[in-house]
Amino acid sequence: MSASLTHRKQLDIAKIRNDFEILSENANGRPLVYLDNAATSQKPRQVLEAVDAFYLHANANVHRGVHFLSQKATTKYDAAREKIQTLLGARGPEEIILTKGCTEGINLVATCMSSPNSPLGSSERRQPYLGVGDEILLSNMEHHSNIVPWQLAATRVGATVKVIPITDSGEIDLDAYRALLKSGKVKVVGIVHVSNSLGTVNPVREMARLAHEAGAIVIVDGAQGGPHLRVNVQDLDADFYTLSCHKLYAPTGVGVLYGKKQLLEGFPPYHGGGDMVRTVSFEETTFAPLPAKFEAGTPNVAGVIGLGAAIDYLASLGAGETLAARLDSAFEKIHARERELTEYAMGRMAEIPGLRLTGTAPGKAGIISFVLESVHPHDIGTILDGEGIAIRAGHHCCMPLMARLGVPATARASLAFYNTTEEIDALVQGVYKVKDMFDREAAPAARR
Amino acid sequence: MNSDLRELYQEVILDHNRSPRNRKRLDQPTSQAEGHNPLCGDNVTVYLHSDGGMVTDVAFEGNGCAISTASASLMTEAVKGKSLAEAESLFREFQKMVTTPGEDASHPELGDLEVLAGVRDYPVRIKCATLPWHTLHAAISGVNEKVSTE
Repeated sequence: MSASLTHRKQLDIAKIRNDFEILSENANGRPLVYLDNAATSQKPRQVLEAVDAFYLHANANVHRGVHFLSQKATTKYDAAREKIQTLLGARGPEEIILTKGCTEGINLVATCMSSPNSPLGSSERRQPYLGVGDEILLSNMEHHSNIVPWQLAATRVGATVKVIPITDSGEIDLDAYRALLKSGKVKVVGIVHVSNSLGTVNPVREMARLAHEAGAIVIVDGAQGGPHLRVNVQDLDADFYTLSCHKLYAPTGVGVLYGKKQLLEGFPPYHGGGDMVRTVSFEETTFAPLPAKFEAGTPNVAGVIGLGAAIDYLASLGAGETLAARLDSAFEKIHARERELTEYAMGRMAEIPGLRLTGTAPGKAGIISFVLESVHPHDIGTILDGEGIAIRAGHHCCMPLMARLGVPATARASLAFYNTTEEIDALVQGVYKVKDMFDREAAPAARR
Repeated sequence: MNSDLRELYQEVILDHNRSPRNRKRLDQPTSQAEGHNPLCGDNVTVYLHSDGGMVTDVAFEGNGCAISTASASLMTEAVKGKSLAEAESLFREFQKMVTTPGEDASHPELGDLEVLAGVRDYPVRIKCATLPWHTLHAAISGVNEKVSTE
């Protein structure tokens, strides 16, 4: 293969790693091996520079001032929203609601679905979308952020949360899902696109189709879907899709809620405040059109501009005439790279005696959870940390999933495209060190 | 292997993790308490049997890492046969040892518990070591509520 062809089809990892300066840091005296990307990704220099440039040269509040800087800030802010629209394949920018995180997006939907949309200043009472006896289906692998908001909503209106079971390999039990939909009472289906604990890529398009046939609305938690997949909300036919942007190479404090225009328009507002209103009086208040209706108060302007820069950065890894085409081509490369790393890691980890992988769905994303016989994940985490290797140990905010798997916690290595096979080798070596440490006294103890 | 980690995971700790002492349920405890670390989901139940102000028996059940399991195991050995006041005093001393950074003072009164001193250099793991003690404290105080490290 010629060099130029390689360049066109593959990511230039050495160049990319230069963009992520933090990857050259040391941790506990060893070269950092960052394998906690599902918790948060690192940020490329280009994103940090965009945030810096905003504060240095364009800082002002948005959608308010007539002055030069405010217009400059507003232009940058609105441009970022259009980039997000392209990233997700939404029909228009009004379907992109900027939030402070994925969690807030889900809370917005759950709260609005369980609150009456009565006009302010009128005696008319309208019923919430969710009511007594309605059912909310959530999969057994949901993150707490796609469980608790629905429990709160269910309590508010007298609805019931039901669980879509999963198989031992960590996949949705589609037959059980179909059966649950037959109750005729299901109004909402909440499903994680890519499981943050298992790496499973769920059949969201098929699940949405089935949900719609049953008359239910589908909300997809895309916290891990966004970084790993080329998402198109129209193709998935998701009614709502949420992103956690600090997992998508952007700064913390920014999330995205995509929602179908018609549904968002039917919702009551979530937060009240500045920017989300058309007119305010003590007698009657009317609301701004989308997306402002759901964006009360000054938003995280710098963070959103950073997100715009993160999308541009991802696009720069691809080629094409338009942003959409560059993102298509970039995600093709990212996906190929992450597949290669994931398969390598799964293969190497599976060779370690006494190690059990949790989550072995075919085609899974680069999230590798595991448990070791007789070593608690926290001890694995601490010992790997001593080797400069960052992983996550715990329940990953998925306590119901841990209960289903029959473990209190797992250790989780999560990959990004900038990781290398050498880093995976370091992880494997680190796990052997954990085993050595815990086994070193096992033999004499067994003799006692 | 990193020598600091060998300091943390001393052989005594690994031994108590592998073969925890007094890990069982007491049939008729005078009091018991549950402890929970929401950060990691670990939980521990401490059963206490006391008579005339003395710890006549103490045991624990639960799931946790090597540090918390060893700490619970060592704790039961340390307080059994002591007065409730002495047990509370050990709790205070133990807490001081693991939360005072860089402190190298020896703690003869803590005996075997001193093997957990290395935890003080691992801030996120201190709660693993203190959870069983907080739970014992709750059992002694007769507070039958859940204790949390948060």
